[in-house]
Amino acid sequence: MSVNIKVKNAVKKYGDNTVIPDLSVDIREGEFFTLLGPSGCGKTTLLRMIAGFNSIEGGDIYFNDKRINDLDPAKRNIGMVFQNYAIFPHLSVRDNVAFGLKQRKLDKATIREQTDKFMKLMHIDEFADRMPERLSGGQQQRVALARALVIQPDVLLMDEPLSNLDAKLRVEMRAVIKEIQHTVGITTVYVTHDQEEAMAVSDRIAVMNLGEIQQIGSPKTLYQRPANLFVSSFIGRTNILQGKLEMNGETPELVLEGGYRVPMENVQEKYRYDAPVQVSVRPEEFVISPDGEGVRAVIDDSVFLGLNTHYFVTTAEGVKAEIVQESLIDSILPAGMAVTLQVKREKINVLTEDGSDNILTGVLNDKQEG
Amino acid sequence: MKKAKKRDVWSLVSLLILATYALFLIYPLVKLLLASFMKDGQFTTQYFVKFFSNPYYGKTLGNSFKLSIASTIVSLVLGTPLAYFFNMYKIKGRTLLQIIIILCCMSAPFIGAYAWVQLRGNNGVITRFIAQIIGHKPPSIYGFRGIVIVLSLQLFPLVYMLVSGALKNVDNSLLEASENMGITGVSRFFKVVIPLCMPTILAAALLVFMRAFADYGTPLLIGQGYQTFPVIIYNEYFGETGTDHNFAAAVAVVAIIITAVIFLIQKWASNRFEFHMNALHPIEQKKAKGLTNVLIHLYSYVIIGLAFMPQVYVMYCSFRKTSGKIFVPGYGLGSYQKVARDLPLAIRNTFVIGILALAAVVLLAILIAYLVVRRKSRLNDTIDTASMIPYIIPGSVVGIALVIGFNQKPLVLTGTMFIMVVALCIRRIPYTIRSSVAILQQIPITVEEAAISLGCSKMQAFFKATVPMMRSGVLSGAILSWVTIITELATGVILFNRNTVTLTLAIYTQVTRGSDGPAAALATVLNLLTITSLLIFMKVSKNKEITF
Repeated sequence: MSVNIKVKNAVKKYGDNTVIPDLSVDIREGEFFTLLGPSGCGKTTLLRMIAGFNSIEGGDIYFNDKRINDLDPAKRNIGMVFQNYAIFPHLSVRDNVAFGLKQRKLDKATIREQTDKFMKLMHIDEFADRMPERLSGGQQQRVALARALVIQPDVLLMDEPLSNLDAKLRVEMRAVIKEIQHTVGITTVYVTHDQEEAMAVSDRIAVMNLGEIQQIGSPKTLYQRPANLFVSSFIGRTNILQGKLEMNGETPELVLEGGYRVPMENVQEKYRYDAPVQVSVRPEEFVISPDGEGVRAVIDDSVFLGLNTHYFVTTAEGVKAEIVQESLIDSILPAGMAVTLQVKREKINVLTEDGSDNILTGVLNDKQEG
Repeated sequence: MKKAKKRDVWSLVSLLILATYALFLIYPLVKLLLASFMKDGQFTTQYFVKFFSNPYYGKTLGNSFKLSIASTIVSLVLGTPLAYFFNMYKIKGRTLLQIIIILCCMSAPFIGAYAWVQLRGNNGVITRFIAQIIGHKPPSIYGFRGIVIVLSLQLFPLVYMLVSGALKNVDNSLLEASENMGITGVSRFFKVVIPLCMPTILAAALLVFMRAFADYGTPLLIGQGYQTFPVIIYNEYFGETGTDHNFAAAVAVVAIIITAVIFLIQKWASNRFEFHMNALHPIEQKKAKGLTNVLIHLYSYVIIGLAFMPQVYVMYCSFRKTSGKIFVPGYGLGSYQKVARDLPLAIRNTFVIGILALAAVVLLAILIAYLVVRRKSRLNDTIDTASMIPYIIPGSVVGIALVIGFNQKPLVLTGTMFIMVVALCIRRIPYTIRSSVAILQQIPITVEEAAISLGCSKMQAFFKATVPMMRSGVLSGAILSWVTIITELATGVILFNRNTVTLTLAIYTQVTRGSDGPAAALATVLNLLTITSLLIFMKVSKNKEITF
């Protein structure tokens, strides 16, 4: 049985050091929810509060309508997968998977049957009698996942489960994780600092920084309409340009370096006044032209990566920017060449001067205030 | 969960352990301190005044210092190069030599002294042999020189083992890098290897110093008038002029203060050198070339041979014929027959006391290690500190403190087996805790959390996940503790009586009576027991590493 998880005004302190000042989030039943942020942002702390391994200094956590703040971790019925797998080295693969079932004092036949089922599901049945030290990292991770799921937990918690694997295996395992989560349909909370991994597996992502949630949304929302400067630069790569918003009659216009004006129809009503702004332009949101209207720049260097070609440019005012273009069949633009940069106006994001808010319409944020 | 933490099972364990410490360690020590300052219920400093005003005691203190420092230096000088050779070069007969080295430092210290007297004493085999060749008696083994030789040969294996452990953590690339920069051979040993092992060398120095300072048997047997501190404590305690508990207590207090100061100095010194290494590519042993190879082998064989000689000689003696108390030509099992009557009791006591002490030490050490590593709190920090106190208390002082603490109502324990068990626990526990802590620190806490998330209670998680993971490490530590427990003399000699005599104490009794044959027979039995234990250890411990 899956549950929804409600975190209300959670506070975490270590001594006088407040790690999470006030955090609220609703995780829906059966969804794959990821806590994403740089190290030290409090994502693992929050996960461990849900698991019961960290104390809660304020606020409440609910599984459905049941408050679990003071519930023993062993009684929360959670499945947990750890960064270092935490496989019991003294038990065989089968005994590792069966550990939780034995603890629940189920009869032998059921234990055998369930253990077999999940080992098969995770494709580790052929290693059933091996000791963990003779398994590869990926196999150990499968054991950890089987062990966590076999007890039919209400919630599956995963703490950077892929960070100890090499790049190729990581990509493979995230498909496995996503698939198994889909098959079992269990509410899953996943912690990672790798934004690409988060986008690959999640239904929704909460981007965290300094113990606070910045934005909650689908991978697409976060990438295309980030709520603030932090989200825009943490999710994917971006160039931050300084500019001004000026009202030209009823139409707001973005004024970029060298007087390049871009009419912006999608500025929120409340922000329609003259003000300095920051502009987030992703590398693929630039268009390079030989001349015409735009920001003047000189190409410093280029990197050909097959599908795309990356250009590194410096504008006339000395701002450095990265541009990605689909590779063309004709030659690569040479270093030293003067070009003009235009922006794809429907894609770029315009932020307040302090970067705390996106002033465009269409920003979806499930984050609860207060 | 902060509130929950106060209530859980582990808090109860903390309190129980603390209570145990308070009763069996703190209480006797406080009584000892009181005894040193009290006369007929009045506060007095007369015992300390006596100690510091009489030049005899001052001289003894000086003797102990001189001898401990000399033994420490000689042990380091002997042991460090040996460890270097064994880890850098291929040595023929390595495994056997390593077993012998371990055996040497595991055997009861005073047996070595006793054997040296047999070999190089006034009428010793070697003494006579040399006298025949050079025409006059060689310099005497007795006194300062003898004690230093015996102690150093006894203690350099400790240095060897600790430094070997450190060298195993030195990455080969460090040595290659220094070679690249033109530092090789002897200069590499002094400029690279020694500094890399400095923290360990300091730790080894402390260990050797403490053992030498607290050693009771060696100076007694081979000192011949060269008085040392532990002998004084013992003599004052069982003095011919009637026992003077209070003065013995005062001397013990002085001893504790001195060892505490040494301990702090060492801590301060090793903090300045502290760094951690972990070798990705451990040093590979190479075959040395030409003369170097010969010299290395010569050095290793001679040193290890010298250290092992007394043991072999004692075993040999046990099979010699005796008449009265002296050996006569010919061989037989007479010595064994003589001890046959006492042997069963001594062996039984050795096992009963040893096993009880070992069980208590292992259980306490695992629990304390867990509390210290996983449950940091002020209470558990206190336990941690308390558990290190015995580290700086010489064995004879532990003995006296226990006698003073438990020889009168409400709790009379003197003369029982229980008090011997307590004494051995106190002696061994700091070492076992240190090694258990080291093992536990290697085990990620997530394994335990995984068990909890799968439905285990905290205690179940500890016993089902953590303890099995600690098992092999703790087991190998336990066998070493076992060996040190069965060869312990210093505390036993104060606490034992006819009924609680152990093998080691039986040997001691025979030696003091001058019955060389029976002493040798008992020592051989003890050695066999030690060797068997070590062989089991080798079998059990996968990595063949010995730590203290």
